[in-house]
Amino acid sequence: MESFYDIYSNQNWEEISNSIQSKTEDDVLRALNSSKRNLEDFKALISPAAEPYLEQMAQLSHATTKKRFGNTIQMYIPLYLSNECQNICTYCGFSYENKIERKTLTDEEILAEVAVIKSMGYDHVLIVTGEANKTVGMDYFLNALKLIKPYFSHIAMEVQPLDQEEYEELIDSGLNTVLVYQETYHEKEYKKHHPKGKKSNFKYRIETQDRLGKAGIHKMGLGVLFGLEDWRVDTYLCAIHLDYLEKTYWQSKYSISFPRLRPCAGGIDLKSEMSDKQLVQVICAYRLFNEEVELSMSTRESPKFRENVIKLGITSISADAKTDPGGYANPNTNLEQFEINDKRSTFEFIEAIKQQGYEPVFKDWDMSLQSLKTDK
Amino acid sequence: MDNLVIKDKTFKSRLFTGTGKFSSSKLMEEALLASESELVTVALKRVDVDNKQDDILKHLEHTRINLLPNTSGVRTAQEAVFAAELAREALETNWVKLEIHPDPKYLMPDPIETLKATEELAKKGFIVLPYIHADPVLCKRLEEVGTSAVMPLGSPIGSNKGLRTNDFLEIIIEQSNVPVVVDAGIGAPSHAAYAMELGADAVLVNTAIAVSQDPVKMAIAFKQAVEAGRMAYNAKLGTLSKQAEASSPLTNFLD
Repeated sequence: MESFYDIYSNQNWEEISNSIQSKTEDDVLRALNSSKRNLEDFKALISPAAEPYLEQMAQLSHATTKKRFGNTIQMYIPLYLSNECQNICTYCGFSYENKIERKTLTDEEILAEVAVIKSMGYDHVLIVTGEANKTVGMDYFLNALKLIKPYFSHIAMEVQPLDQEEYEELIDSGLNTVLVYQETYHEKEYKKHHPKGKKSNFKYRIETQDRLGKAGIHKMGLGVLFGLEDWRVDTYLCAIHLDYLEKTYWQSKYSISFPRLRPCAGGIDLKSEMSDKQLVQVICAYRLFNEEVELSMSTRESPKFRENVIKLGITSISADAKTDPGGYANPNTNLEQFEINDKRSTFEFIEAIKQQGYEPVFKDWDMSLQSLKTDK
Repeated sequence: MDNLVIKDKTFKSRLFTGTGKFSSSKLMEEALLASESELVTVALKRVDVDNKQDDILKHLEHTRINLLPNTSGVRTAQEAVFAAELAREALETNWVKLEIHPDPKYLMPDPIETLKATEELAKKGFIVLPYIHADPVLCKRLEEVGTSAVMPLGSPIGSNKGLRTNDFLEIIIEQSNVPVVVDAGIGAPSHAAYAMELGADAVLVNTAIAVSQDPVKMAIAFKQAVEAGRMAYNAKLGTLSKQAEASSPLTNFLD
């Protein structure tokens, strides 16, 4: 087998949809009562038949998460370096066609952002950019890593998919984690949502995690953008992807994110709206399917929702985030990717977490644990 | 209870503990003090060794508590040696809990890399306590390269399943020339007591204390269980008998 694309090619969207829709109460009960759950159980747990069992799912998810992750919640913060983008994504504020102001941070501006982020207490950072290979390509990334590495224990990236050799080079420079969301696993619809730019290559994107695994990345993140297509089928295909990756690249850690579409410049109408209850259902289903996977939540969701889901399986969360490049030192909402829903300060947010009996963890990695070529 | 000696250090307590998964550092400190544990493992990745005000480290500043830095997160012997040296310098201890689990899902220890790293670290003067599978042959190989103790797992880490490796632990305990510390999987005081009754020299407990409803009370429960188990081991348990005395003995004709 070459990559996940080979497994993906044998999947049939309609069949998966029918199979999920036809799951019964018995299937759900079997899944709930099983001690080791498989992909068919996962289907049952994300099916409409499981909706009446949400409380049971939440209880199980809570207990399971606590066993593995204890009373802690991992804190991270995104650092937007650029909103330049050559792609057209019908749902994204950075989309090429959107007439927004474009900005790519200089060294000085990056360090100004770092200073603010450090003063907020963060030690795990997530670098985010659009896709503009000429101005924000490998040279830019390597320089940015070199600049920020002295200040953080853990560096993650959410940028365009890259080649294996490029990932290897970034890992040697201190990169620990890469997040690349498939957006949707529906190949035809994917092409409609991404008509222009390098991102329109579905196969290159779906094979990204294979390249990351081969490059020896410590952690990689997957996810779909809820709202683009039938979220149940997309969620199931993402779970198959995770299952394949865990078996193939067994030395890497995995993380799942749950972005729901938010209002942004040039936003589209949602094809498959997802309710709060359904999002909780998906979070719990992942936890019941996979006890060890990291489940991550951004500031796209509301304060009330975020505070409550940390008890339901979420293990990693951001707070106080800005999605406009330069936004920590010099806020400018005209530049932002999407509107933040939970605007509380880090201090307010961690107080809320502590109220729930959880310890916010700011440091859970150390650069010394990674063998970096530059140190050898 | 009789003392435990590892290398040049004497311990009154045979309960080793950890610092992960607590709902606050303050609660962690209270629970660890209540446990009377004298050896507490702390993940290098969780502490900021350059910061004297690190939230975890500052709650561990007690004369009773000796730090046992662990290398959790490394995937190879080379990375482990580097991490151990950093910990030695920063935390001023040559004790290290060697954890090499390249599998981040079940955190299964890699026996090959662990053996390599133990040999190198022992040569560099470290007191190495490696986390390993309950593999009796590996334990003997680790002894040969200078390990100071062995830490076989009872069941997968964090699983609370107890001593699923019972049969192999018994062989390890029988054969070992270095202290045997049962690590991982101990989910209840009864598991800890049982390990001590088997003849383990100590146990390491973290999750079961940290995630219980009342970590302080649970820490005391574990302390007492470990003491009871050790006392029972020293007092020698009665042998198990499957049947009552036979009513028609088969060997009477020999009298």
